[in-house]
Amino acid sequence: MAGLHTSDFKNPVVRWIDSRLPLFTLMSKEYGQFPTPKNFNYFWNFGALATINLLIMIATGIFLAMNYTPTAADAFDSVQRIMRDVNYGWLLRLVHMNGASMFFLLIYVHIFRGMYYGSYKAPRELLWMTGVGLLLLLMATAFMGYVLPWGQMSYWGATVITNLFGAIPLVGQWIVTLLWGGFAIGDPTLHRFFSLHYLLPFVIFGVVFLHVVALHITGSNNPLGIEVKSSQDTVPFHPYYTAKDSVGMCVYFLVFAVIVFLRPYMFSEVDNNIPANVLQTPNEIVPEWYLLPYYAILRSVPDKLAGVCAMFGSILVLFVLPWLDTSPVRSARFRPIYRWMVIALVADMFLLGHVGANRPEGSFILEGRIGTVLYFGFFAALPFVGWLEKPLPLPESISRPVLSSRSGGGGGGPLPAGVAAKPMEKA
Amino acid sequence: MRRVVIGLAGALALGAGLVAPYVARAEEAPALPHMKWSWQKNFGLGTIDRASAQRGFQVYNEVCSACHSMKYMAYRNLAGIGLSEAQIKAIAASKTVPGPLDDEGKPTTRPGLPSDHFADPFPNDIAARSANNGALPPDQSLLLSAREGHADYIYALVGKGYVDPPAGVKVPDGLYYNTYFPGHLIHMPPPLADGLVTYADGTKATLAQEAHDVATFLYFASYPENDERKRLGVRIAGFLVLLTGVTYGVKRRIWSGIDH
Repeated sequence: MAGLHTSDFKNPVVRWIDSRLPLFTLMSKEYGQFPTPKNFNYFWNFGALATINLLIMIATGIFLAMNYTPTAADAFDSVQRIMRDVNYGWLLRLVHMNGASMFFLLIYVHIFRGMYYGSYKAPRELLWMTGVGLLLLLMATAFMGYVLPWGQMSYWGATVITNLFGAIPLVGQWIVTLLWGGFAIGDPTLHRFFSLHYLLPFVIFGVVFLHVVALHITGSNNPLGIEVKSSQDTVPFHPYYTAKDSVGMCVYFLVFAVIVFLRPYMFSEVDNNIPANVLQTPNEIVPEWYLLPYYAILRSVPDKLAGVCAMFGSILVLFVLPWLDTSPVRSARFRPIYRWMVIALVADMFLLGHVGANRPEGSFILEGRIGTVLYFGFFAALPFVGWLEKPLPLPESISRPVLSSRSGGGGGGPLPAGVAAKPMEKA
Repeated sequence: MRRVVIGLAGALALGAGLVAPYVARAEEAPALPHMKWSWQKNFGLGTIDRASAQRGFQVYNEVCSACHSMKYMAYRNLAGIGLSEAQIKAIAASKTVPGPLDDEGKPTTRPGLPSDHFADPFPNDIAARSANNGALPPDQSLLLSAREGHADYIYALVGKGYVDPPAGVKVPDGLYYNTYFPGHLIHMPPPLADGLVTYADGTKATLAQEAHDVATFLYFASYPENDERKRLGVRIAGFLVLLTGVTYGVKRRIWSGIDH
């Protein structure tokens, strides 16, 4: 029939639907047969896990919103009502609350994997950039969510963060008033934060879709960072990676469950169990752990505007990472200098996180500044490293090194092509 | 791959080493006594000691509640520390709570019901301050969860903290010296003493015992979901361990045909 999609499905009902709306073909193509490099390690689980985490956050959030009251007078009480009176309300809230921490944990590992194995390089620049956009959206959503329980840390955290925008010349104060919905943080602020906190996850969902579309155009990177040469290098997504992702998913659920059921308050601040009090500033205002490194960068710069620029710059610089890195080699496995730079960057994030958790006094000031310089130093050094570094020889193909290390023992010499190709022919 | 893991572990260890000394930054107070609480037993899987929590409720009911509200707790919640329905009804009925307006529109009172929240000792914050030398006794529903040190802090504050001030420290009228209170000067007079209550279960009511029991009850007030959460958690975690094992087996089997 004219205009209808030619469906390969045998089942008449599926075929009828698929020829009009080829969802089955789409799923089968993108998640069934989708050719995926066969050499992924478990770092390649984290994107799928983050997607699951997003769905969990949306699901729990919808039910929390049914019981939450976004007013300054009642927000704190309504959260306690959820914890004490709503059936399994404590479970919904503890999953949602710790789900935010889980989300950042997954995302940070996911970003580390992208940086270590050079997943941001051509042709995956837009894939990477949508990912950075997702990170920014996630941070905004998490921040606004943290304000909703209207405890002391919610209120004062909101005060600190929204006031940052006041540093912007000319329009700063106007933006702050717009964020607050008035001239102080209060009911209108809470209303709009609640509304945006409900909206942004769906925006995130949309950008995740773009992220996945971009991924399925370029195909996945892999631990070797070399292109797929032939069908010998790939396996269909299903059942191979659905199975491997399921293993990662089980471990993720296990970690999540242990946190939610046994240590649900390990990420929370005691001060947030005190209702927001406009007249009393907490001893120390600290953001959640996942924002601490950026908070440290903010406070390491003595000038307010420059500090705000450094803080936002520390994330925005990721957008241009694909062009800062001049090396043609993707995977850090074959980049002796870059490998240690990435590991040092991770250590630096821990240093900054630790500085961010403490008052900016004594040695913390110096540590924070060193950490900030190292952070931006990483990106500043990248163009030169690509030029200076002598990469190790790349393997010929994805199947090649794997097979030779299996059969040779101690990574012996190359095998004849025929021998290497044989085991894959049945796949 | 192994190198990456080692590198990451190194970075984590470095980070943890840097952070560890500062996590428990002491506030110019002696170190808190580290007690082994019932909910911390069995690798943190412990449930709340109900006998202790019931004694703690008795202390709250007879002593603390004279000044402190506990507004998020309802009498029905006491089932969570093992009180029977009849006991809860009797406790609630012994309280006076605000009732509906009468025919002339005047406020009335009525005896409490299990569904009522704990009766407030004062009609409002101003009345509470005026009766307490200007200080507002904090609501105790979330008191324990809102203090660094949690139960250890509550125990130390009311059980051990009231000591003679060091030489040279002048304590103004209406304030009391407490080693564990930040700043040391607290408005609350020593609330507990040896033999202040007579425990229904015959336990000897020493100061330390009362402080321990009241901390246990305040833990329940802050985390009433503790027991149910842990019981459910153990089952879910056990199931997930099995599921992980099975899934890993399936994955191995699926991948067995692939040289990778």
